[in-house]
Amino acid sequence: MQNPLLWVALTIALLPLFGALVAGLVGKKIGKLWTHRIAITSMGVAFFLACYLFKVFIIDDHPLVEDSFYTWATAGLLRFDIAFLLDRLSVVMLVVVSFVSLMVHIYSIGYMWDDPGYQRFFSYVSLFTFSMLILVLANNFLLLFFGWEGVGLVSYLLIGFWFSRDAATFGSLKAFLVNRVGDMGFLLAIAATLMYFSSINYHDVFRQVPSLMNETLPLFPNYRVSVITTICILLFIGAMGKSAQVPLHVWLPESMEGPTPISALIHAATMVTAGIYMVARMSPLFEFSQTSLTLILIIGGTTALFMGFLAITQYDIKRVIAYSTLSQLGYMAVALGASAYDAAIFHLITHAFFKALLFLAAGSVIMALHHEQDMRKMGGLASYLPITYLTFVIGTLALCAIPPFSGFYSKDIIIEAVKLSQIPGAGYAYFCVLVGAFITPVYMFRALFMTFHTNDRVDLHIRDKIKEPSWVVWLPLILLAIPSIFVGQMLINKMLFDNPKLLGDAILVLPQHDVINQIATDYTGAKLMALQAGTTLAFWLAIAGIITAWFFTAYRPVWSQILKQRFAWIYAILVRKYGFDDFNQIVLVHGTQEVGDLCYEVSDVKLIDGVVVNGSGRCIRWLAQNARLLQTGYIYHYALAMVLGVLGFLIWYVMG
Amino acid sequence: MISLTEFLVLAALLFGLGTAGIILNRKNLITLLMSVELILLAVNTNFIAFSHFLMNDTGQIFVFFVLTVAAAEAAIGLAILVVLYRRRGTIAVQNIDALKG
Amino acid sequence: MLESITPLHIIFYIFAAIAFCSAVSVITVRNPVRSTLSLVVTFFAMSGIWMILNAEFLSLILLLVYVGAVMTLFLFVVMMLNIDKADEKKHNFVRYLPFGIIVILLLTGITVVTVGPKYFGLAEVPEPLPISADHSNIQQLGAVLYTQYVYPFEIAGVLLLAAIIAAITLAYRGPMHRKVQNPSCQINVRPEDRLRLIKMPSEPKQGTSP
Repeated sequence: MQNPLLWVALTIALLPLFGALVAGLVGKKIGKLWTHRIAITSMGVAFFLACYLFKVFIIDDHPLVEDSFYTWATAGLLRFDIAFLLDRLSVVMLVVVSFVSLMVHIYSIGYMWDDPGYQRFFSYVSLFTFSMLILVLANNFLLLFFGWEGVGLVSYLLIGFWFSRDAATFGSLKAFLVNRVGDMGFLLAIAATLMYFSSINYHDVFRQVPSLMNETLPLFPNYRVSVITTICILLFIGAMGKSAQVPLHVWLPESMEGPTPISALIHAATMVTAGIYMVARMSPLFEFSQTSLTLILIIGGTTALFMGFLAITQYDIKRVIAYSTLSQLGYMAVALGASAYDAAIFHLITHAFFKALLFLAAGSVIMALHHEQDMRKMGGLASYLPITYLTFVIGTLALCAIPPFSGFYSKDIIIEAVKLSQIPGAGYAYFCVLVGAFITPVYMFRALFMTFHTNDRVDLHIRDKIKEPSWVVWLPLILLAIPSIFVGQMLINKMLFDNPKLLGDAILVLPQHDVINQIATDYTGAKLMALQAGTTLAFWLAIAGIITAWFFTAYRPVWSQILKQRFAWIYAILVRKYGFDDFNQIVLVHGTQEVGDLCYEVSDVKLIDGVVVNGSGRCIRWLAQNARLLQTGYIYHYALAMVLGVLGFLIWYVMG
Repeated sequence: MISLTEFLVLAALLFGLGTAGIILNRKNLITLLMSVELILLAVNTNFIAFSHFLMNDTGQIFVFFVLTVAAAEAAIGLAILVVLYRRRGTIAVQNIDALKG
Repeated sequence: MLESITPLHIIFYIFAAIAFCSAVSVITVRNPVRSTLSLVVTFFAMSGIWMILNAEFLSLILLLVYVGAVMTLFLFVVMMLNIDKADEKKHNFVRYLPFGIIVILLLTGITVVTVGPKYFGLAEVPEPLPISADHSNIQQLGAVLYTQYVYPFEIAGVLLLAAIIAAITLAYRGPMHRKVQNPSCQINVRPEDRLRLIKMPSEPKQGTSP
């Protein structure tokens, strides 16, 4: 029937589901030990199989495989198949997702051990992995959307994991609702695709794109827009919701209310990258709509820069890393906008590793300090937590694009690509990513210094109990640190400059947009690229950023106070996060509540209760009371009525 | 020769008087019953007039039966009146308003 | 027009006037006895008019049955009820009087206009052929009554029977001023209904020593 590779893929997807069901349904009965053993074993086997597929498709260069397992529904044009597409892009994503998920599973043993909802946590994390794998493996829009919704749902469940805390429930609701806004755009895109392409299968759509290039649809009665552009913009709105681009980014900082392992898994490595993955997958569509690429560039650039600014003012260590994630997602979006899809995926991969590492390391710090997250109460922890400190440094260096760590390769390629891109908006994006390259080290090293160096501001009674957590915590840290160092060097050749590239024909780039090719002419190999880093502006900006951070945090901390007072108005804007949350609260939330109240007051109480229900009763009562007066009881009145009737009849008869 | 019109006019006037007696009387119920008799008389006159002018016996036969029914109705009406007088002690129509809503 | 006023016309108008005036007095006089007697006069006058219309049998039946029986019954009831003519009050009379009068006038007026000479005058409905002096109206009626209309005839009889029963049932109050035995009550009586035994202690007679 189908290619056995597809069965392997199905197994990969279903193993976490099995783990989730076991943990969720019988977890309480079989106890914590067996729950995590089953979950981690399933995840481990899935990862192993994913590596096998990676070997088959990338190392052995197997052609793509695509087939349907089951036709869920047909309705006219719509055919909803449960069908998988195995090509190089999906296999790469499989490996990344399963690896980070496995690390998080192992880490959670240590982090969540004392929590009463232990089994529930494992169930949710495995369920999340299942949804994400379906999203990556899907070959049609609807199955992608199924995975999309699934990860959104589990993200909601996990952010609100400690549901007895108000902040957690608000955060989870916010995440879900903002995601929903993006999903609306996505749904409209699917509908438009179905309408104009008569299919929701990727390859059917991609084949028809060149022929539909000049098709327009009437947005307003006499204003027509290109179909492809509309679909692309709507798809990007969906990506904006999921990958937290401005203005749908507001949910990500609040999502830090969830446990740290899921911050690592969902809000660093996998869910937020779903949007980036989706746009990269749809590259044959986006390439034909320059307007949408411009939009992506502008929004991505804005996110990259302005979210970085916000990270400088945060005191919660997880919030700093969250804003860093937002900024890096902006980088990936910028890469997509510059038609450097391979670079975006490359950055996605490296970012998954070092960001997950940073989150897990932060989690280790938090755990060691008994759930203290405020950096103002940390300091001097380097001697207490050596492994955590070392891995945190590696992650930070990778993030700040210091050669030869992996972040350097991916980030610098993006900056180069944007510089060379001719698409309108690229200039603005270039400026944003360049300044971002300065800002990133500022906030990351500020966090590093505040946490691990500078004087000890830890609470006295915790200080005596600080020790490195157990091996289940530092093993994933080390296992994530290794790729953070090496993956960049290893993959850059294959990914961007080989022929065919790592992602092969999963990505389509039109010749006039092909910036990677232009970079290829200057490329001299990974090692030389590292050594030549000194010639790039980005590198010196990064060094300047590190020095600035050291200066203001470690050397003369009092100067940061002076700066805060001198530029108090800028500080105020940054603390209020540019007013996005206030706007949402006042206009959208209050506005909706007011509309609801209005509907209740006017239409429900006054109209339906007052006029229709009570009104009809009152009307009938009034009618009856007045009709009652006709019954006088006197015979002659009745006789008069009869005579009047006869008279009336007579008149009518005579006249007629 | 007396035309049909004159007979019919006479009957119409008697009918009107009978109706007036029903509506305009408040004093006693007997007047009401007598007004009904007047109406019946007017109707009978109409029948007989038409029977005469159209040379048809049907009108007179009808009068025959109307007379019968009128007699029966008068008898029962008076019996009811008697019972009513026994219960209420009055036959003034304006005092009989027990069905007032 | 004056030539066509025959003696028959004059008789007709006399009877008509009598009928009209007495009908008016039926509904206007206070005294119920006078009212009833006025109705009798009306019947007499109408009987005359029916005679003019060659309905001999019916006009005499009117007198015999209607006046003789029905109006007599009316008089009996009027006398029996002992109606006090002073027992009247004027309640809201003035308020409804004009409206009622207008309605009556309207009704009568329309009817009179409808039966005007335009459709019912001598030109449209001609005078019937004269009949011979020994033409028997009774025979004429009987020939039709017992053959063609025999069913309504029989039913009319049953109707009268029903009226009799109804009237008697309504008015009969049972034996009022005589003592009657009720055997079923007599038989069903119980000793407790007639005799009540009580027990009480004996007491000494007053004034004597025990």
